[in-house]
Amino acid sequence: MKHEIFEKNTILLAIAILITVAIGGLVQIVPLYFIDSTIEKVDGVRPYSPLELAGRNIYVREGCYLCHSQQIRPFRDEVERYGHYSLAAESMYDHPFQWGSKRTGPDLARVGGKYSNAWHVAHLIRPQDVVPESVMPMYGFLANKELTFNDAGAHLATLRAAGDPYTDEQIAAAAADFSAQASGEGDVDAVLARYPKAVVGDFDGDPSKITELDALISYLQMLGTLVDFTTFKPEGEMAR
Amino acid sequence: MNQATTATGASEVVYNEDVVRKFVLAATFWGVIGFIAGTFIAFQLAFPALNLGLEWTTFGRLRPVHTSAVIFAFGGSVLFATSFYVVQRTCRAPLFGGPLLANFIFWGYQLFIVLAASGYVLGITQGKEYAEPEWYSDLVITVVWVAYLIAFAGTLMTRRISHIYVANWFYLAFIITIAMLHIGNNITLPVILFGGESFAKSYIWASGVQDAMTQWWYGHNAVGFFLTAGFLGLMYYFVPKQAERPVYSYRLSIIHFWALVFLYIWAGPHHLHYTSLPDWTQTLGMTFSIMLWMPSWGGMINGLMTLSGAWEKLRTDPILRFLIASVAFYGMSTFEGPAMSIKAVNGLSHYTDWTVGHVHSGALGWVAFVSFGALYYLVPKLWNRTRLYSLRLVTYHFWIATIGIVLYITAMWISGIMQGLMWRAYDDLGFLQYSFIESVEAMHPYYVIRACGGVLFVLGALIMLWNFIKTIQGDLRTEDEFVAPQSAAAE
Repeated sequence: MKHEIFEKNTILLAIAILITVAIGGLVQIVPLYFIDSTIEKVDGVRPYSPLELAGRNIYVREGCYLCHSQQIRPFRDEVERYGHYSLAAESMYDHPFQWGSKRTGPDLARVGGKYSNAWHVAHLIRPQDVVPESVMPMYGFLANKELTFNDAGAHLATLRAAGDPYTDEQIAAAAADFSAQASGEGDVDAVLARYPKAVVGDFDGDPSKITELDALISYLQMLGTLVDFTTFKPEGEMAR
Repeated sequence: MNQATTATGASEVVYNEDVVRKFVLAATFWGVIGFIAGTFIAFQLAFPALNLGLEWTTFGRLRPVHTSAVIFAFGGSVLFATSFYVVQRTCRAPLFGGPLLANFIFWGYQLFIVLAASGYVLGITQGKEYAEPEWYSDLVITVVWVAYLIAFAGTLMTRRISHIYVANWFYLAFIITIAMLHIGNNITLPVILFGGESFAKSYIWASGVQDAMTQWWYGHNAVGFFLTAGFLGLMYYFVPKQAERPVYSYRLSIIHFWALVFLYIWAGPHHLHYTSLPDWTQTLGMTFSIMLWMPSWGGMINGLMTLSGAWEKLRTDPILRFLIASVAFYGMSTFEGPAMSIKAVNGLSHYTDWTVGHVHSGALGWVAFVSFGALYYLVPKLWNRTRLYSLRLVTYHFWIATIGIVLYITAMWISGIMQGLMWRAYDDLGFLQYSFIESVEAMHPYYVIRACGGVLFVLGALIMLWNFIKTIQGDLRTEDEFVAPQSAAAE
């Protein structure tokens, strides 16, 4: 029995363990960066606007992903309930991904545009007012928290370092784009040119200030809306 | 025999038991906190008013407090305590690095726990399950972990026994693999490096599908190595000790050790079935998850069969009962897991409470029970008492906690399968039969039952805490010995 050599040599045992446990991850993770078909080539997917990004950061901060998935599986019931199955491309700018692992509440991958801003405001402040059986916590405190995103450019620059294709222009204009999108005032056309399909305007019903509620709703309202599925053609297995 | 010192040849070895005592106390404390946190958030799901309308007390912020408290604070402290206890004794060597390194590890780890948990309540999170701590907490734990590896491997290298005992293979694999997973999954860019104002905020370097795969490579192996390999190390010392029998099969332990550490890593994609992850990765994940059943049961068989010839001890030794019940739960969860990794099953079970029930049959039944067994074994020895304050209380703990687990997992099986079926149900006209909220409403009674199971589990832990306090104080409750009923069949 030659196993004795591992039992008598700590370094050898440690190296053998490291090699053994490294293999699986190398095989499963590394190719995902190099195989072209991993992420579909689709039109419309773009990095988040500064306001959407602020909203997404609130979504992450509050742990929404612990009860809501953002990943529609290619099943008949899910497609009918939530919309087209999720594409890898749709979360390619998600740092981190928020696919989730539990649906205590419904999937949110395509919640954008499904409900009005007013519905979201009422629902987030007191979910049971809109859906009496809901077990969701109340998020009224978001409406009272004024949001400044003066360092939005730094956030975009961080994401560019992680591979998102933000331009110098987008980074320079980030703080201005943030307030323009949330108020509907300022250079809105430039925001829409930089971030097509962004939803512009006051979201929380209080135009006097930009709140965390504004940002979160702006994020929810764009979720799953970027790809135009009337023109999308699946490739490979899903095309059959 | 005096446990603190042991004579080997000419010289006497003085074991560092101080750090073990500290981690035992920390494990007991964090266990109670973590179980209470879990029970509280379970009640939140049944009665949402318990979210209190405050930002710091929502389910979304408290859930990571619960998971980190039980996995890393309770489970981690148990692993530190037992690994330090076991490695010194099985190597006949004092802990490498001396009291200074040991204290650095203890206080560094407690600092990490407090940093991480306070961050969650304040909304500081990376947004990755079981890897929520932000970059600064990640750095703290990285330093502590390197110190842990040095102390543990250093002790192995200064051992006075020729062979490294099997428990230590598992502990070493746990320490090395957790280091690899932690670094791989937490490559993150703090905004402060790019001129941002927020100290705590960072963005994970990977994104979307690659981040998902990396996360569940980490997440599943936090289960595989933190909650399995580490605790198997514990099993390989404390089960034979308490049963006073040698490990059943040495050969089986070699085979299932290498098979387990090789196969576990591949199982991550079963958390991502039918998602945007490529099919080839999902198929690999499912295949390896099913294969993983074998080494898992190899461990279970080795643990259970260590009792061969000593089964009657289960009647009279409630500590052994905890240890053996935990191995049985381990066998059950590691059978259920591969079943749930099959794509057809996963299509129903994923996103439902079935997953939550599965995790808890492993976490409560296996991890917590084997930990309780080890803690009950350790406390009288570490504080030099002849025995625990009360073995009757251990029996109460065992049965109350067991009923709690049964309530928990049966409620989650029913609610999970019901959820999955309601989501995919069609009526006669071909429309979806239920709106989503109807499935939420249907969960209510099961959420109440689950939370009650949690209450029983907390109650059991409080009994253990009381027993430890009295034992450490030096009290002995006057109790009759447990006597085995006479068997009708002659042996």
